[in-house]
Amino acid sequence: MSEIKNYTINFGPQHPAAHGVLRLILEMDGEVIVHADPHVGLLHRGTEKLAESKPFNHSIGYMDRLDYVSMMCNEHGYVRSIEKLLNIDAPIRAQYIRTMFDEITRILNHLMWIGTHGLDLGAMTLFLYAFRERELLMDLYEAVSGARMHATYYRPGGVYRDLPDYMPKHAESKWTKGKTLKDINSWREGTMLDYVEHFTNYFPEKIAEYNTLLTDNRIWKQRTVGIGVVSPERALQLGFTGPMLRGSGIEWDLRKKQTYAAYDKVDFDIPVGVNGDCYDRYLVRMEEMTQSNKIIKQCVKWLKDNPGPVMLDDYKVAPPSRVMMKSDMESLIHHFKLFTEGYTVPKGEAYAAVEAPKGEFGVYLVADDSNKPFRMKVRAPGFAHLSAMNEMVKGSMLADVVSVIGTMDIVFGEIDR
Amino acid sequence: MIWDQIWMIIWTLLKIVAIVLPLIIVVAYLTYAERRVIGFMQGRMGPNRVGLFGFKLWGLAQPFADTVKLLLKEIIFPANANKFLFLMAPVITLATAFAAWAVVPFSDGLVLADINAGLVYILAMTSLGVYGVIIAGWASNSKYALLGALRSAAQIVSYEIAMGFALVGVLIAAGSLNLTTIVHGQAGGIGHWFFIPLLPLFVIYFISGVAETNRAPFDVAEGESEIVAGFHVEYSGAAFALFFLGEYANMIMISSLTAIMFMGGWYSPFSGDSWIAQPSILWFFMKTGFFLLLYLWFRATFPRYRYDQIMRLGWKVFIPICIVWIMVVAVVKVYRPDWIGG
Repeated sequence: MSEIKNYTINFGPQHPAAHGVLRLILEMDGEVIVHADPHVGLLHRGTEKLAESKPFNHSIGYMDRLDYVSMMCNEHGYVRSIEKLLNIDAPIRAQYIRTMFDEITRILNHLMWIGTHGLDLGAMTLFLYAFRERELLMDLYEAVSGARMHATYYRPGGVYRDLPDYMPKHAESKWTKGKTLKDINSWREGTMLDYVEHFTNYFPEKIAEYNTLLTDNRIWKQRTVGIGVVSPERALQLGFTGPMLRGSGIEWDLRKKQTYAAYDKVDFDIPVGVNGDCYDRYLVRMEEMTQSNKIIKQCVKWLKDNPGPVMLDDYKVAPPSRVMMKSDMESLIHHFKLFTEGYTVPKGEAYAAVEAPKGEFGVYLVADDSNKPFRMKVRAPGFAHLSAMNEMVKGSMLADVVSVIGTMDIVFGEIDR
Repeated sequence: MIWDQIWMIIWTLLKIVAIVLPLIIVVAYLTYAERRVIGFMQGRMGPNRVGLFGFKLWGLAQPFADTVKLLLKEIIFPANANKFLFLMAPVITLATAFAAWAVVPFSDGLVLADINAGLVYILAMTSLGVYGVIIAGWASNSKYALLGALRSAAQIVSYEIAMGFALVGVLIAAGSLNLTTIVHGQAGGIGHWFFIPLLPLFVIYFISGVAETNRAPFDVAEGESEIVAGFHVEYSGAAFALFFLGEYANMIMISSLTAIMFMGGWYSPFSGDSWIAQPSILWFFMKTGFFLLLYLWFRATFPRYRYDQIMRLGWKVFIPICIVWIMVVAVVKVYRPDWIGG
């Protein structure tokens, strides 16, 4: 009988911990990983190519579908890139709305991450707790855009519409009636901003709940402390961004370092880790949720006090109001042109990035004086993170691969694009 | 004479049926309880729809619906699997899980086989169960299953030792291997139960029991997120159902043994002559139910250990503690025999 030392195991693409369609070819020596080879491309949808064949405005919805757990942040990156090319800026109220929704998205993403990371390591309950809170935030997406996930809410020059002044209420049904109905509708009496405020007051308590389940849990610590360690120098070399980089102790956050939207007007801190292991990244993300909550609170306060336009008053990029269209010839023409041909973007190229929950999400656009981009390139944070897979898991055990996949917060929509 | 023997055999068979049938029903409802209890802990409903004749009955018919579904499904044999072993594995798991019940005393005298080596028999049966897992992993011809089987083998072998040592403590305290005698040694209220003098052994026994039954947080042999379903990844239909049945029967087994050996079996926690202090089978069921609840609670709370961490816990923590405490118990038993037991 021939002696077999290493053997390969196919981890995914159909695997409970593969976070979508990750296919890892693991070369193993018993339980120890000798080599991990991530295969990507199983979720390739050609977003970048698709964008070349459509007017600029039409691709916003595709951005939602890249990283499908941090939808509006992707839109923000794309929209900022177009704004840079057109050399326009959104009104201040729109900037605040974007800031607020970016942070809501960050909480959405981190809740999803903590849920799946926990589930991967066997802490099942946290998943359901996180989704309970996600539901509340999804309602906000629905309230502003009508869609719970793929919102398409941001536009070059602002946002699609102002925040609604009411929140839809739950209807009475066989199961929710009487006091239960009243309880779940109690947040929804006022405006949408009141609802957000209720959430910001409620959420810290829930973060504390997640912390009691995991932060000091001995098993959780054993599974994450010292696993997938990345040194600060190596993290930079590998092109890490976001919590993956901050977990290694480098204070880099585009919101502060290359500020955009209204981030220079709100007060928040950047949490950083020390050891660069899974546990530090866990702590960083948990703290980011608290910080996001803080930012949302400030945005709500500002937005309540300062009404104003949320869209640029330039009918070359923003559609005129419906009322004007009925009476004004010029407006009708603008509307027709915008929704058939779109707008032409002056020749040039631009790269704009936002601090998406997973890291730096950037969009590079090349325009050639036409209404469609000549070329679009998406810089997805997850791609750089996934490239470090082999380095992070080599020499550790099979169960640690799961920890590392969880800590990378991988979503294949953005990696495969 | 011959009639006596035949009658004896029939009577024993009847007793076996009287134990196994309720056991299967309890297993069925344990799966239901698990889903409901964990559902409650996680802020969701759990199964609450499947009922009988149009009545919902809080989903109480769910286990039967699941059973029927599993039995009607096809058993798929993986390519190049050893069919004989593939089918034997779940049978072994189930058979050992059920066989151990022969010596469990439900109440005073209510036991199928009141043998003197009951404790040893139980150890033997629970250890044999691992063969089902190993054979399943081997016969499936799948890498995931093989990994699960390897993990399970190593894990059960190490925890068997901790468990055995914990039982040695009970043996010293009670001075007998007979389970009925062990319970008798704990008569006279909660203060006489063995879990007080044997507290470390009691904790270790139950935790090892959780590990032995491959339940969370020690479910590395199944390892949902690592090796998908581990040793039974290739199983479907009735063969899978047998594994399931075996696992849950083992859970009940460990819970009831903990109740018998450390929590006074069928004795009431109260002492005196009032009705509440009377020994009853209900006490036994309540204690077993409590430990089963702990099983579910663990599953809802803890993340999963890594395979080598489980080994470390077993060998470097549990076994040394056990050995030290056995010595303590032995010394106490020799010099102050009145401190332990009745």
